[in-house]
Amino acid sequence: MAAAPSRLGPAVAAIAVALPMLAVLVAVVQGATGADAELWAHLREHVLSRVVANTLILVLGVVAIAATLGTSLAWLTAACEFPGRAFFSWALLLPMAVPAYVLAFVAVATLDYAGAVPTTLRSWFGDGFPVPPIRSTGGTIAVLALASYPYVYLMARGAFLTHGARVLEAAQSLGLGPWAGLFRVAVPLARPWLAGGAALVAMETLADFGAVSVFNYDTFTTAIYKAWFGLFSIETALLLALLLLVFVALALVAERIARGRARFSAADSGVRAAERLALPGARGWAAFGYAATVFALGFVLPAIALARWAWDVAAIDLDSHYVGYILRTLGLAGMAALACLGLALVLGYASRVADGVVTRTASRIATLGYAIPGAVLAVGVVSALGAIDLRFRTIAGGEGLWLQGTVFALLLGYVARFLAVAHGPVLGGFARIRPSLEEAARSLGLSTREVVSRLHLPLLGAGIGTAALLVFVDVMKEMPITLMTRPFGWDTLAVRVFEMTAEGEWERAALPSLAIVVAGLLPVALLTWRMERAARAA
Amino acid sequence: MRLELREVSKAFPGVAAIDRLSLVVGAGRIGCLLGPSGSGKSTVLRTIAGFERPDAGEVLAGGELLSGRGTWVPPERRRIGMVFQDFALFPHLDALSNVAFGLHAMERDGRRQRALEMLGLVGLAAEAGRFPHELSGGQQQRVALARALAPRPRIVLLDEPFSNLDADVRTELAQQVRAALIAERATALLVTHDQREAFAIADEIGVLRSGRLEQWDVPWQLYHSPATRFVADFIGEGTFIEGTVLGPGRVSTELGVIEGQLTTEQPPGTHVDLLLRPDDVIHDDASELRAEVVERAFRGAQFRYKLRLPSGTTALSFAPSHHDHAIGERIGIRLDAQHLVGFPRG
Repeated sequence: MAAAPSRLGPAVAAIAVALPMLAVLVAVVQGATGADAELWAHLREHVLSRVVANTLILVLGVVAIAATLGTSLAWLTAACEFPGRAFFSWALLLPMAVPAYVLAFVAVATLDYAGAVPTTLRSWFGDGFPVPPIRSTGGTIAVLALASYPYVYLMARGAFLTHGARVLEAAQSLGLGPWAGLFRVAVPLARPWLAGGAALVAMETLADFGAVSVFNYDTFTTAIYKAWFGLFSIETALLLALLLLVFVALALVAERIARGRARFSAADSGVRAAERLALPGARGWAAFGYAATVFALGFVLPAIALARWAWDVAAIDLDSHYVGYILRTLGLAGMAALACLGLALVLGYASRVADGVVTRTASRIATLGYAIPGAVLAVGVVSALGAIDLRFRTIAGGEGLWLQGTVFALLLGYVARFLAVAHGPVLGGFARIRPSLEEAARSLGLSTREVVSRLHLPLLGAGIGTAALLVFVDVMKEMPITLMTRPFGWDTLAVRVFEMTAEGEWERAALPSLAIVVAGLLPVALLTWRMERAARAA
Repeated sequence: MRLELREVSKAFPGVAAIDRLSLVVGAGRIGCLLGPSGSGKSTVLRTIAGFERPDAGEVLAGGELLSGRGTWVPPERRRIGMVFQDFALFPHLDALSNVAFGLHAMERDGRRQRALEMLGLVGLAAEAGRFPHELSGGQQQRVALARALAPRPRIVLLDEPFSNLDADVRTELAQQVRAALIAERATALLVTHDQREAFAIADEIGVLRSGRLEQWDVPWQLYHSPATRFVADFIGEGTFIEGTVLGPGRVSTELGVIEGQLTTEQPPGTHVDLLLRPDDVIHDDASELRAEVVERAFRGAQFRYKLRLPSGTTALSFAPSHHDHAIGERIGIRLDAQHLVGFPRG
């Protein structure tokens, strides 16, 4: 539009927002391709085959189990009626609040040979009673699947609620029973959502660092960490990071293929809730038992264990150090949330007034981070800032690290990883502001700046709040970036969890974990509140 | 204030949305641009409001140049109010705050007073505290009008103001809008594709076709003496029959010689297409002239018959509803044209 406010400024700002991400990626690629042949041969011989096999098995196993859990539970709560359905429909989201690394150490602490559960079982059934080892590929897969099924559950449930009702009725009118309807109509229709959910699970699994560390299960992320903190070889770390990026890209391609040509269509509200399929008697209680088991394993039991351990150690452990952990965690999360929100607003505004190839490409690059594992971003940030520091030193002299190992480096990592989290709600908020509202405001005499302050910001309100909250909680939970780029002494709650679990001090890891889980409940509560509101509106 | 457009053109890639359009709406008058969709009506409004920059021509309000000759006044400084098709009420503000939104230059008390006054003018004083989603479509429309009028704009533009409303509230609402505009002594220009709306609200109407103004006139003239074949077709119902001009006020047709004043005098011998309005064709059982009923539509008080004349040409006729004839029946008709509208054939 010719009369729109200047487009140049916003487009340039969008490019500026994308620059850090670009620098990080360039650093990874440059550092990795600069690695010499000897290093490459060493890696291939000693590390790669194991790490690649481990990663592949882990991703496939976790996606398969999480997809099965998520889809079946979504179908039960969305389209069936059984005891406790209303409760489970939101309660099954609660495991989202428990980071995989917390679930992992709780599982190891309680199910390992010396843990409470096997000990009890042996005392009942004799010493020979076989308990499957939790520190195994199977155990790792089970824990990660339990931590990540809510992604599939959430997406599948949305799909089933959106057109489950009408489509199933159509299927029934054509002679298909409800179960035939599920497999022949509802699941195929939900395929884009299921593929989206499965892709999120694959991303989370590839990115996971904390849980696999607890299990001592070597994947790319732990290999990157060890290469750097064990071998002090940033080149090796960068090379592994680049290879991990290849896996991420493969997962994204797989999602595209699985989604097929289908498109997400907007969920149209006002569809009346389906006549749910009643599961009578034993079948209803079987559904209850299934949902209750997943809920208990994914949330209730870990929460009880954490609370007990935390209570036990609180008297000794809870000292002035904790004030520091909490303040640093809240401070970092707050700064990161503000930074991400500000940059997301810049991108959103740029997309609004200067939509075009430049702005779109910039937004795409700036928000790549959510698909890129934190360990990759961490080595990228360190490498990029190290190069800048080197340049500084040649100009200004001295030996100092100007950027590397500062809070700025940490924030840069967070912004690279979580800008997309803030970008989504902000962009959604802008999209809901019709262009005619802006024109109305201008015809009533408002300048460009007044349109932003009196129209955009008030109307974005909820979106801004959501964006900040999501980033805040994600940063609180974040482990690899914090661990690898934090300034000396900047230990947060997540770092404390990592250090305590590394030493097998499970009870002492429970206290910071509990704080993280409680914070993690906030976005889940927001999500369920939205779901309830949407359900009431329908 | 007087609104004037001089030779305004605006092209979008591939199409000319407005083509050398000139018009004047006198101060305090209500003008209307009428045209089918895609005729460029909305582009004209958006150009006047300043949301589009014209390629050529001048836009003036009250004699002040808003755009053209190197001048460009941005929309927020034009003092031109606009009522949008989707009303564009601010969803985060109640009705009163919506109306007060454009009064930012005033102090608090004055702002509130003026906003209440405007809500009262459109009959919504009791709804001041309601939010847009709590108002009906017609109420939202009136809030939008009150908001546009509140800052005493030089000109008010209304873009298809009734198209999002139910048919049964449109006519009444159009009268209320007209009353409000007149009470505020506002100069207004609205665009619509619905001629009944245009007739209900406007003092003068311009018929727009492919970005060009075909005729600018009072409603009665548009209907009874359309300047072009397009206007004749677009305004009201009607059909054409062939005829030959015999002399001043006399045209020979298959229905006999018709007498009346031709709106544009043609020399004898000219072949013309003569416009027949349904109210020109009177159903008369006594008449020698016969036509076959090919379509009938019951409209309560009357029937609208589509008739086939002996030559095969069709004509429309309104008949009182007790004249109930079946399709295929041949009924008597006579012509009662006060004035003739004929376009040379070519």
